[in-house]
Amino acid sequence: MSRIWNLSRRGFLQGVVSTGAFVLGIRLVPEALWADAPGPADPLSSTAFHPNVFVGLEPDGTVVIVAARSEMGTGSRTSLPAIVADEMEADWRRVRVEQAIGDAKYGEQNTDGSHSVRSFFGAMRETGASARTMLVQAGAEQWNVPVSECEASLHTVIHRPSGRSAGYGSLAAAAAKLPVPAKESLKLKPRSAWRYIGKDASFYDLESICTGKPLYGMDAQVDGMVYASIEHPPVLGGKVASCDDTDALKLPGVRQTVTIDPFKPPHQFQPLGGVAVIADNTWAAFQGRQKLKINWDNGPNAVYESKAFRKEMEDTARKPCKVALNRGDVDAEFGKGGKVLESEYYVPHLAHASMEPPVALAHYRDGKVEAWAPTQDPQAVQETVGKVLGIPKENVICHVTLLGGGFGRKSKPDYVAEAAVLSKKVGRPVKVVWTREDDIKFGYYHSVAAMYLKAALGENGMPTAWLQRSVFPPIGSTFELNKTYGDGGELGMGWTDIPFAVANLRAENGPATAHVRIGWFRSVANIYHAFAVQSFADELAHAAGRDSVEYLLALIGPDRVIEKKALPADYDNMGGAYDDYPIDTARLRRVTEIAAEQAGWGKRKLQPGQGMGIAVHRSFLTYVATVVQVQMDDKGKVHIGRVDTAADLGLIVSPANVRNQFEGAAVFGASLALCSEITASGGVINQSNFQDYRLCRINEAPAEIHVHLVESDAPPAGAGEPGVPPFAPALCNAIFAATGRRIRELPLTRSNLV
Amino acid sequence: MIQLKVNHAAHSFDGDPEMPLLWYLRDILGLTGAKYGCGVGLCGACTVHQNGEAIRSCLTPVKAAAGSEIATIEGLGAQGLHPVQKAWMAHNVPQCGYCQAGQIMQAVALLKQKPRPTDQDIDHLMAGNICRCGTYQRIRGAIKAAAGEIA
Repeated sequence: MSRIWNLSRRGFLQGVVSTGAFVLGIRLVPEALWADAPGPADPLSSTAFHPNVFVGLEPDGTVVIVAARSEMGTGSRTSLPAIVADEMEADWRRVRVEQAIGDAKYGEQNTDGSHSVRSFFGAMRETGASARTMLVQAGAEQWNVPVSECEASLHTVIHRPSGRSAGYGSLAAAAAKLPVPAKESLKLKPRSAWRYIGKDASFYDLESICTGKPLYGMDAQVDGMVYASIEHPPVLGGKVASCDDTDALKLPGVRQTVTIDPFKPPHQFQPLGGVAVIADNTWAAFQGRQKLKINWDNGPNAVYESKAFRKEMEDTARKPCKVALNRGDVDAEFGKGGKVLESEYYVPHLAHASMEPPVALAHYRDGKVEAWAPTQDPQAVQETVGKVLGIPKENVICHVTLLGGGFGRKSKPDYVAEAAVLSKKVGRPVKVVWTREDDIKFGYYHSVAAMYLKAALGENGMPTAWLQRSVFPPIGSTFELNKTYGDGGELGMGWTDIPFAVANLRAENGPATAHVRIGWFRSVANIYHAFAVQSFADELAHAAGRDSVEYLLALIGPDRVIEKKALPADYDNMGGAYDDYPIDTARLRRVTEIAAEQAGWGKRKLQPGQGMGIAVHRSFLTYVATVVQVQMDDKGKVHIGRVDTAADLGLIVSPANVRNQFEGAAVFGASLALCSEITASGGVINQSNFQDYRLCRINEAPAEIHVHLVESDAPPAGAGEPGVPPFAPALCNAIFAATGRRIRELPLTRSNLV
Repeated sequence: MIQLKVNHAAHSFDGDPEMPLLWYLRDILGLTGAKYGCGVGLCGACTVHQNGEAIRSCLTPVKAAAGSEIATIEGLGAQGLHPVQKAWMAHNVPQCGYCQAGQIMQAVALLKQKPRPTDQDIDHLMAGNICRCGTYQRIRGAIKAAAGEIA
């Protein structure tokens, strides 16, 4: 539900558009708050007024669209404004995109969960259509002709009978005085008239990126700034016992050192603590750090040993755990005897390793902070900086730069808080630059996970009972002390929403204690859950002596929509209304068939050492199937050949961008499947840079990635994340097909296959 | 005092001669096109040209650049977009874009060395440049397209 206001001359976009501009703002009301809608009659009279979208029209015809969501490569800074421009009949070449600062007036701004287009598609269209309708009315009034004789076309209002026309800019002042049309009266453009939606508006920042313009947090500069590099406690929760900075201070360019207080548990987004070296340039700050002599008090997390922890998690998963979903009677079915298959799977911690490490510039002055940061969540910056410095969050201005990759890491603004704390201490703007080593050693890691699966096999090898247990230190441990169980969100990612037609099915979750910071990572819990479920499905197919695709389709079963009541009460469907986004097995079947067909499944002649594997997974409300082809070389190493990914994400705003996201997801999936892994010894992370936290390079990436997008009128769903989860199981299933060797742990370096 | 040229302009530097060229370019000259990614020559985000050859500026001390001609991404398109930049745009290569200045500088050097690169040439000469967003397939396509333009 939404409502639009005419905010011209109300100062809402002060500094962004001129005072003579025509400005509309729209407020989206979440389903849960519909009772409170439609909100106050005069938006400025209420502090609760939080419009999410703004569009402005300058008298010179420039259309200004405010991007309130962060751009980290997923294209939202282009796709969302393109929707507004399309409905407005604006000329894309005359659109200027302004990045919003962090401010509650924009509503929720955390760019995560692959939901920017999904959540704002309708609102963007209504905003654009309202602006267009008002401009047409302004034109009709100016010529004193009926509105029905006028229309908008590419930045111009035209009076059809007389051929008179007026540019949008010339109508801005008149439109600014008109009331907003009732939502029911809006005429949205038919799909056939779309100019940009479903076409390909060029990536807004494309040329700036290709010419090396200063766009990123790493590039931010202000007068008088100094640079900081921080030696963090090697173990989470560790404290500085003593620090000798004598040698560091002798280096040219090093100004001072500052000890940062340790966090108060739970750590949330607070700075980790440690010792910062403040210097005249980044290099001097890095050099100074190496001269620090620090004794650490490591604290209780020094017990963390990845090997032992894995065993602990596996032991937990072998015993009954907390039931998250229960259908039929699994125990009775297992009690009947007969053929049973059991398997265990393991996925390690992963680091986001965005190419731009965490970096932020902040300036503290007179109880206020101005920050420039590559952040997915500028309001979390306001809250965290406010809390850490003890100032109201309204006193924190956060400018959002482009992000050199985010993948979930940059939803956590600990690094921005560090810059703010240091700026207050040194009395100047401070730019905190994390080294790659800092990024790898002090992440908010993707959770390590152990899974146990068991099935009883009946007629034709189909499962009559299916039991699955997953154990992982939950993301909740970052926010709450002693949190050891996953929540409905994590378990709803490929575990309790398992779409297979099995009469007796139980999904469980066991406890695990976090000893490092755990956080969202592109695709989140779907990664380990899809790996276990889709690998196990392939194991069952093999046990049944059936073709993997044919068996997978049989597991998906007849086309049906899974009823909401068949899912746990806390299943959140990624915030999507279940009626709009139900689990529809027909869509799952269709992408499976398309991926198999396009890959030439069962038709392509495979040579010795070659194999094909398939996996299918619904996440972020999008249905994705991936077929991977592999070639084993004479040393027994795997090479990824062709990849076919079929995706059904409903209506697609920017197909070129979506293809890019799915191509990238295959490479991201290849990295985590082949070679990425974070481990700890004595609570210290063992990896440090790209030599031991490995990412896929061009020569290791899939040789060809073919993305097949399903044309659909269904509501838009996620694009950034859902391509990742099916990749690793499809790859491992292909290795099984090629070699007969079943891989149950990631990455493949562990199995000597890389 | 170290003398060098950056994008044809003469500069002199009397700071720490061991400072990597990357930080000299970024923090001293304010040229932020070359990016910090790893600091140890493993990712290629910092790639610039020294006398026309691709180097990792994070590993090259300023003193090693003395007397040479350094070219950065900012200089590449100064006289209109380079064919590699145009190919990058036509193929919609960038996602987050952070590594792309380094990728482009590496690709420009590659095409000087191999005007008609094969897939193996590209694998070999671009393997030092990491893209976390995974744009490799488009990088490959853009390099081949640019090769056609330049040749």
